[in-house]
Amino acid sequence: MAAGVAAWLPFARAAAIGWMPVANCPMPLAPTEKNKRQDELIILNVSGRRFQTWRTTLERYPDTLLGSTEKEFFFNEDTKEYFFDRDPEVFRCILNFYRTGKLHYPRYECISAYDEELAFYGILPEIIGDCCYEEYKDRKRENAERLMDDNDSENNQEGSMPSLNLRQTMWRAFENPHTSTLALVFYYVTGFFIAVSVITNVVETVPCGTVPGNKELPCGERYAVAFFCLDTACVMIFTVEYLMRLFAAPSRYRFMRSVMSIIDVVAIMPYYIGLVMTNNEDVSGAFVTLRVFRVFRIFKFSRHSQGLRILGYTLKSCASELGFLLFSLTMAIIIFATVMFYAEKGSSASKFTSIPASFWYTIVTMTTLGYGDMVPKTIAGKIFGSICSLSGVLVIALPVPVIVSNFSRIYHQNQRADKRRAQKKARLARIRVAKTGSSSAYLHSKRNGLLNAALELTGSSDDEQHISKSTSLIESQHHHLLHCLEKTTGLSYLVDDPLLSVRTSTIKVYNSEAPKTSPDSLQGYRCNHEFIDEQLFEQNCMDNSMQNYPSTRSPSLSSNNGGSTSCCSRRNKTTTHLPNSNVPATRLRSMQELSTIHIQCSEQPSLTTSRSSLNMKSDDGLRPNCKTSHLTTAIISIPTPPALTPEGESRPPPSSPHPTMNISTTCSNVVKVSAL
Amino acid sequence: MRSRGRKESLAESRDLDGSYDQLTDSVEDEFELSTVCHRPEGLEQLQEQTKFSRKELQVLYRGFKNECPTGLVNEENFKQIYSQFFPQGDSGTYAAFLFNAFDTDHDGSISFEDFVAGLSVILRGTIDDRLSWAFNLYDLNKDGCITKEEMLDIMKSIYDMMGKYTYPAMQEEAPREHVENFFQKMDRNKDGVVTIEEFIESCQKDENIMRSMQLFDNVI
Repeated sequence: MAAGVAAWLPFARAAAIGWMPVANCPMPLAPTEKNKRQDELIILNVSGRRFQTWRTTLERYPDTLLGSTEKEFFFNEDTKEYFFDRDPEVFRCILNFYRTGKLHYPRYECISAYDEELAFYGILPEIIGDCCYEEYKDRKRENAERLMDDNDSENNQEGSMPSLNLRQTMWRAFENPHTSTLALVFYYVTGFFIAVSVITNVVETVPCGTVPGNKELPCGERYAVAFFCLDTACVMIFTVEYLMRLFAAPSRYRFMRSVMSIIDVVAIMPYYIGLVMTNNEDVSGAFVTLRVFRVFRIFKFSRHSQGLRILGYTLKSCASELGFLLFSLTMAIIIFATVMFYAEKGSSASKFTSIPASFWYTIVTMTTLGYGDMVPKTIAGKIFGSICSLSGVLVIALPVPVIVSNFSRIYHQNQRADKRRAQKKARLARIRVAKTGSSSAYLHSKRNGLLNAALELTGSSDDEQHISKSTSLIESQHHHLLHCLEKTTGLSYLVDDPLLSVRTSTIKVYNSEAPKTSPDSLQGYRCNHEFIDEQLFEQNCMDNSMQNYPSTRSPSLSSNNGGSTSCCSRRNKTTTHLPNSNVPATRLRSMQELSTIHIQCSEQPSLTTSRSSLNMKSDDGLRPNCKTSHLTTAIISIPTPPALTPEGESRPPPSSPHPTMNISTTCSNVVKVSAL
Repeated sequence: MRSRGRKESLAESRDLDGSYDQLTDSVEDEFELSTVCHRPEGLEQLQEQTKFSRKELQVLYRGFKNECPTGLVNEENFKQIYSQFFPQGDSGTYAAFLFNAFDTDHDGSISFEDFVAGLSVILRGTIDDRLSWAFNLYDLNKDGCITKEEMLDIMKSIYDMMGKYTYPAMQEEAPREHVENFFQKMDRNKDGVVTIEEFIESCQKDENIMRSMQLFDNVI
């Protein structure tokens, strides 16, 4: 029952008065309205545009958002209205649905936006009215194709192909020649041989030169052997190709039924039949006919040409129009042939000997060919002949535009698919950049966060301006969340992008608790590994060992060595979870650029005691202890994508024998670390 | 040219400008009808004439106008609206009877006043009023008495609304039997017709009917 007539329900119930007197048994009890509210106006504020409607209008569909109590979640107490922060344009359609019972789909609206709104308001798209349903379905299908395209390509891009067996690889190679060079080669070779085969068929019949005896021979008979060899070669290639396709096809039965395979078979069969039948001279007539089928090889080109395929598909889809064309032409031919026959019956030596004989004249005239081998001689014949030719033009011109428009539509659809594929690369690149942008933004802000905190300790405000980057509240909360995750797992994020070919890691630098004067003052640090692939790992291990560690610090060295060995020992592990532990080795993994980091720390507590402190997860607690640490980082950023700065911090220099470092001794603290 | 009647020249112009088309003739006619619009009398007058409150009249009018923007319901429309409540059966005949009952001035269309007047009797009238309204519905030719044929028609139309697929399956003779039952109950003097007095009297004696008449109190 449509909602629009819900208002007439009281009338329908009243009309039941006609049944009461004739009823034999008592009537059931009527349902009572529990809270019979007076109908009130509801204000719906959608992004500032106010819509008002009766409460009962909305309650017509109780299983949607507006019709159920779900809308109470959006009730704004202050303004006594329901506020929805959604698109007011689409809301107009949705509210009209409640009012009229018909959901319309506006053409200017984007299909995914519309679907989202429908989902939000709990309305199923299936109830879109007939007037708009076709349009909606078409656009939805288009959208789905586009998404499927994207997904497919993404899967391909990521290289996460499940390992295909030989059959599947072969099939893929056959269907999409662009997947591998071998497939491409195969594609071109078969195309070449198809062309060769067709050309030989054609040239075979050309008369080339005379043979003594003044007989004109076609080339086929003159160079019979050569042509036979060519033919054999082509057929062998085609046979091999067909057999390979048959082997690789996922469903052999379906493959054998498909049009292309039938064409393949028809193309190569004549040869084999000819081989078998050469002995029998009787059937040589049939043999000649069989050779005609060799021309079907030209249809094999449709695998190579998309336009041909589109044409074939168009003709198939316009079958009804073509049928109509044929039917109307046949009708007209019969009519006019009969008329012409009887009109020309009187004239002597007329070529119109019978109605079927007149068919030829009618066809030639209607298609405006006009060979002139049969012409009417009587006046009546000429009159009817002219009518015939005029009507022929009309009858043929009528169905042709339909076919043409079909072809155009299908062709453009294909073009659209092609264009999408071409733009896909650019689109995916954009998506990837956006993704890395956000993750690198996180790393960037983390670095800034560290520096900010460090600066707070030192109380210096000089460098604050170029460090504090304005991040929105949401961003900072998001970053905090990622940070917490890092802390929980003890791992940290890496920006990993094959395009950028940069891997960086973040390294935490923190100081241990009490400033202890010890020769081995080293700042504790933690090394984070994540998402490292083996080679890089090795490389970096080697780098580290090659770095110029002033080697007088034994604990540091040992720690370093311990670090590197432990790093290297972990090389073999594929899992990368890291103990947030005793690996005081830094890792700088920017493959392309030099990063120079100056770290100055005024107080360097000892390492030995700091070992234990390394186990502590939070560095926040430790940082404040280094009161005068002053960190500056100078980082050369990689030129490619935006917002990406490699981070790395080198190990602070194994300290010079001075237990206390102050800012004045900056030079000794600077370590240039280069990787690669 | 001048001698031609206006009608003829109209017809000719229709031919010439091609707006007249055998296939789409009916559509053209409908366009003319839809420009006719009817507005009901004022709210106060309707309040006086019927027993509905102002708010109820407003609600009723809004529903009425939604389905019939022109303000008039013709029989086709009426049947179509009524059939939406009975998707399974064929309610056309019963709707036709209802239409005749509502259309008190018999001008072929129900205006809002007719509509509301009828509803007022059924929903807000006394039991006797309701019974006489029902009698009016049954009396198809409005001659003051119900014959067996009229009752049979009504009965058949009610059974038609059930549709073909019922349990237990409908018998051919069921309407006729039902009519016999009815006449046995209602026809006091056994003269083959039921007059209004007989009808009201018999109904008042029947408990079930009295109770069912009270169902209409809470419809709006």
